[in-house]
Amino acid sequence: MSLSRKSPIILEYLRKRQMLDLLTTGKRLDGRNLDELRKLEIDFDVIKKADGSAQVKLGNSEVIAGIKVETGEPFEGLEHKGALIVTAEVLPTASPFIEPGPPDEDTIELARVVDRGIRESEMVDLEKLVLIHGKIVYTIFVDCSIINADGNLFDATSYAVISALTSCKLPIFEIQDDVVINTGNKKDPPITTLPVSITAIKIGDTILLDPTSEEESCMEARITITTNSNGEYTAIQKGSTGSFTLDQIKYVADIARNKGEQIREKIKELMKS
Amino acid sequence: MNETILIDESGKRTDGRSIDELREIKLTIGVLKKANGSAFIEFGKNKIIVAVYGPREVHPKHMAQPDKCVLRCRYHMSPFSTDTRKNPAPSRREIEISKVIREALEPAVVLEDYPRAAIDIFVEVLQADGGSRCAGITAASVALADAGINMRDLVAACAAGKINNKIALDINDVEDKEGSADMPVAYLPNLEQITLLQLDGILNKSQFTECLEKALQGCKMVYEIQRKALMEKYFGNDLSLDDENTEEIKE
Repeated sequence: MSLSRKSPIILEYLRKRQMLDLLTTGKRLDGRNLDELRKLEIDFDVIKKADGSAQVKLGNSEVIAGIKVETGEPFEGLEHKGALIVTAEVLPTASPFIEPGPPDEDTIELARVVDRGIRESEMVDLEKLVLIHGKIVYTIFVDCSIINADGNLFDATSYAVISALTSCKLPIFEIQDDVVINTGNKKDPPITTLPVSITAIKIGDTILLDPTSEEESCMEARITITTNSNGEYTAIQKGSTGSFTLDQIKYVADIARNKGEQIREKIKELMKS
Repeated sequence: MNETILIDESGKRTDGRSIDELREIKLTIGVLKKANGSAFIEFGKNKIIVAVYGPREVHPKHMAQPDKCVLRCRYHMSPFSTDTRKNPAPSRREIEISKVIREALEPAVVLEDYPRAAIDIFVEVLQADGGSRCAGITAASVALADAGINMRDLVAACAAGKINNKIALDINDVEDKEGSADMPVAYLPNLEQITLLQLDGILNKSQFTECLEKALQGCKMVYEIQRKALMEKYFGNDLSLDDENTEEIKE
């Protein structure tokens, strides 16, 4: 059952006052502007045992995404498509408030929102990943481990997933005498677009992008908007217990397109180097 | 890609509606005798029952908050509610929807009025037909009102989406599966606040604005139905609903 809880991070009174005072002048505790994102660093192919992987640092938030490709049955009703499964786990290493155990609703929401961003944008052309229609298809697992949590896990995880997916190599499977054979060769995945999510939160009437965990502990509402390479919207999730006006949502939607494009270029640039 | 035809030449959808039309909504309040508040909604083929218990003591006690009430919400689908049997154990989807329903309702509830207490909302989907989270929020909001809980506004919810490249109101089950976008929205109509917004599917910039505004229009239509249902329950069927009459009642 879902229940309202206090943020486990309780900001010291003076620190909170300082943050709120700064926000009225359009500045933040770490010196950023309201619409400024933290530094994004990506290391590709960090896990050699995986078919693809990426380690993303967004400020102090740190996520590793690893890809494993197997064969299996397609999902019911999607017999003409390969399967893509995105999971996320916030490791106990990430913050003093995380305990090992089954995922809580926040983690489930995180994994589902990241998964929705990838799936709904049709980033991977899954129709090209079918071996026997309705029987055997490629199954791509993208598993994300959040190893350090300092806010905006939605975007950090989403960037890790798209970085790992674009840089992965799929093993080539073939069917010989009704048996699946791994040929030992590899191919590039059929990537069609690069979906990028941008998360904003609302504190008072101020909208700020890419929040830290300190900022998230004071937020009233959160919104994550994913855009694809054509600047189209592919997934949205409003979260937390506050609300937005129509104008605030339109404002974030516009910013999400611009900032999304910047992140997309940045990821492409990092991939080349 | 050959898309299924969801809008025919005369502009009618698979269930005979136009693109700006809601499914038929039937909202009954106070259907459960033991609950503090309850509502039953038929939203197209959706059949959803909502019970509200509370404000009541919190168990376990350490969950209680000194300054406000704890709102708890469970969205659950009955095993017989879908085409193939649904495993009764809560799925990841249900856990997420429980969370977004709670977050959609919470801005409307005056939690500060009930410190150290809990309010429980149980949303049970008996028959599912697409848009069950919106129907659930709509019913839960009137069930909260029926329980006499202090609220800032009602919460009305409705989805809009894209089918055959047109923006349509209130997406049903077939349109959700075959269509290309679905955007559920919950709205506080008097405070003009959006408390739930999700999207899956692809919309360009102008479609996004059109879709969001159409969903808000739908929410306002749903709000009128909620208001009417509450008036009927508490002031009887014979009263007309214009504001003049409601003023008289207050006096």
